[in-house]
Amino acid sequence: MHNAVVVQHPELIAALRAVLPAGALLVEPEDTQPWECDGLTLIRQRPMAVVLPDTEDQVVQVLQLCHAYGVPVVPRGAGTGLAGSAMPNAQGVLLAMARFNRVLSVDALARTATVQPGVRNLAVSDAAAPYGLYYAPDPSSQIACTIGGNVAENSGGVHCLKYGLTLHNVMRVRGWLVDGTPIEFGGLALDAPGLDLLAVMVGSEGMLAVIAEVTVRLVPKPQLARCIMASFADVGQAGDAVAALIAAGIIPAGLEMLDQAASRLVEPFANAGYDLDAAAVLLCESDGTPAEVAEEIERMCSVLRAAGATRLQVSADETERLRFWAGRKNAFPAAGRAAPAYYCTDGTIPRKHIGTMLKAIAAMELRFGLACPNVFHAGDGNLHPLVLFDDSDPDSVARAEAFGAEILEESVRLGGTITGEHGVGMEKINQMCSQFDADSLEAFRGVKRAFDPACTLNPGKVVPSLHRCAEYGRQRVSAGRVAFPELPRF
Amino acid sequence: MDTALQSLVDQVQAAVASHTPLCIRGSGSKDFYGNLPQGQVLDVRHWQGIVDYDPSELVITARAGTPLALLETMLSEQDQMLAFEPPHFGPAATVGGCVAAGLAGPRRASAGTTQGAVRDFVLGTRLLDGRARQLRFGGTVIKNVAGYDVSRLLAGSLGILGVILEVSLKVLPRPRAELTLQQDCDETTALLRCNQWGGQPLPLSATHWHNGLLSVRLAGAEAAVREAAGTLGGQPLPAANAAQFWTALREQSSHFFAGDLPLWRVSVPSTAAALGFDAWQCIEWGGAQRWLRSDLPAAQLRARANQLGGHATLFRGGDRSAGVFTPVSSAVLRVHRGLKAEFDPAGIFNPGRLIQGL
Repeated sequence: MHNAVVVQHPELIAALRAVLPAGALLVEPEDTQPWECDGLTLIRQRPMAVVLPDTEDQVVQVLQLCHAYGVPVVPRGAGTGLAGSAMPNAQGVLLAMARFNRVLSVDALARTATVQPGVRNLAVSDAAAPYGLYYAPDPSSQIACTIGGNVAENSGGVHCLKYGLTLHNVMRVRGWLVDGTPIEFGGLALDAPGLDLLAVMVGSEGMLAVIAEVTVRLVPKPQLARCIMASFADVGQAGDAVAALIAAGIIPAGLEMLDQAASRLVEPFANAGYDLDAAAVLLCESDGTPAEVAEEIERMCSVLRAAGATRLQVSADETERLRFWAGRKNAFPAAGRAAPAYYCTDGTIPRKHIGTMLKAIAAMELRFGLACPNVFHAGDGNLHPLVLFDDSDPDSVARAEAFGAEILEESVRLGGTITGEHGVGMEKINQMCSQFDADSLEAFRGVKRAFDPACTLNPGKVVPSLHRCAEYGRQRVSAGRVAFPELPRF
Repeated sequence: MDTALQSLVDQVQAAVASHTPLCIRGSGSKDFYGNLPQGQVLDVRHWQGIVDYDPSELVITARAGTPLALLETMLSEQDQMLAFEPPHFGPAATVGGCVAAGLAGPRRASAGTTQGAVRDFVLGTRLLDGRARQLRFGGTVIKNVAGYDVSRLLAGSLGILGVILEVSLKVLPRPRAELTLQQDCDETTALLRCNQWGGQPLPLSATHWHNGLLSVRLAGAEAAVREAAGTLGGQPLPAANAAQFWTALREQSSHFFAGDLPLWRVSVPSTAAALGFDAWQCIEWGGAQRWLRSDLPAAQLRARANQLGGHATLFRGGDRSAGVFTPVSSAVLRVHRGLKAEFDPAGIFNPGRLIQGL
């Protein structure tokens, strides 16, 4: 997508310069250009200005000034998001919160940590580790992505089925409304009076409020984790095995699937020891006390065997367990080496349709003439098909985009959703028209207005306009591919 | 359109046209909760039925008027449960009322997991709003970040944004083993122990302290429960008595909840110090939920709760006319007003029930 012409606003720039320290305001094209996209690199837009405040006072002044001039503000964390939620606005200011990177407190007894929004996901667990605690949500960009961004996107990871999403692990968010008014959602108690605004704040993709501080819940680190690697001769059978595990009353700590193409893609890269003859490989993890894990692994193995697993291997130690996971975690970087470019979508479907979906994707591979290895969070039906394409060939790009869009449409048809954990942002805004009817989309706009009446906080994302929905179908706007291809992803 | 649904739509349209406030109601089991119900009753009980339940998907979808007991029986037949252990407060409690009230039971603060509130398990809803539009939010899958999470906002909304028509809830397998242990200790020790245990990998699924006796429920794999029992110590309660004990607590039918003295719910950080009032008290949720029987002035209770980082609600009894909930901040109120204006522009749904004047 092309850069729209950046609108200049000398008066606002001068006012910003007066409240920000030297170097914290970028306006020259060569300075703002590095900020023109987040992890979704196919959609780029330079902002009018980038601000990098380092005190809360500065943030408030930036918000007040922008509000006074009616200028859009787009908050940004580490910019690792895959949906373009932090893509800048041509008329707006990009508010980079990365300098707010301090862990403010860890309360071991209360099992909470209070951190600034620019703290990296993994840094929270690092800070909690001395107390035998950790922060459960683990999006696999966790070495780089920030808590502020995690809250904005309601990030997931591989342990969601058992340990929940960001939503379930955040207790309190303090921040500002778009005009700089301080506001607090949730609290240190388990609930707060009034409507549960924290529930809509989490996952609002930076459109409802700007985050100053987050208090997260920490949980005790399990004493032990062991992983089963199970081979299946048929993907449908692997899908049924997932349902059988759940039906047996087991909630695995992690439950992931790779199809044969994905195993063959990652094996040379990660040397995980995957069964390359299997049509599908399931990774099934148990965690807890040693006795608990022993009991659960035994039950898991018998269910998997009964479901037709052709080979079962249980990790003997931590090194082997990490090796099993290494393949799965490196699927994205491996895809990045196997093809000039790849496009990962994020649809989620009811588990029972996993087999149907994989067959549909196989048919699309033939139709679009592109390969698509599949990895996914089988436990919660969250798919990450990796459409491999050549980004130097416009026709290949167009086919990849159409392929991705069709997977999302199929997800909706099967009773699922267009995004399980990456967010809508700019990327999936058209498919929102397929998933929601006009009235429900209008209700989303209403939620937006309730927080931000002038709609200047990260405008134009997530919720499509009526006009856009009317056009969608005739013209599909750009999909995208990811930046930071070296980061492991889920 | 189904006649029961058509009737709800017609009633909402008529109420909007005539500016008649509506009191959305299932069985009325929770009429005692929240600010005083006002308006003409909109009975949702006829809009009932399980829409979909596939145990291997861990999701059940039901219409609002479905009896909660019926839904729980269906789950129980498949060895599954609502993991927020909702109180019924009456034999005919409905699913819609359960979600609108947003009340969770003893399992709210299960250790090792961060999920236990009603909203944590709400995956999708259908809502009849104040323009008589039927809206759909969320869905039936566990991971879903498409659009604002309005479904979860409706949990505990006490009907002020519209009529919940249908809810999809995540369900969980019932634990394979359960054991309740009791030990004598004072309030401060109980609070400390519960918090210390919460930081260890122990399968705690409920705690309760009252009058010098701490009761702890363990739930999970047999091996985990057995091991944890050794770590915690205390006297095991026979299984039948234990089930009765936790049900009585959840339903507030135990001796503590009898009588006419106002019942206060004080929600504080689990590590907050003892409230220090000379009042009959019981403590749940690892210290985070404290029930008081007291006719102390609201201002005094609220000030103490606020000082400890929480809030106090007049849960049952007493004088509701002054508002049972702790007032929200002006910024939060501004957003509430905005949401109310968007979802219920005529202001007909449950006026004042959650926030006075709204």
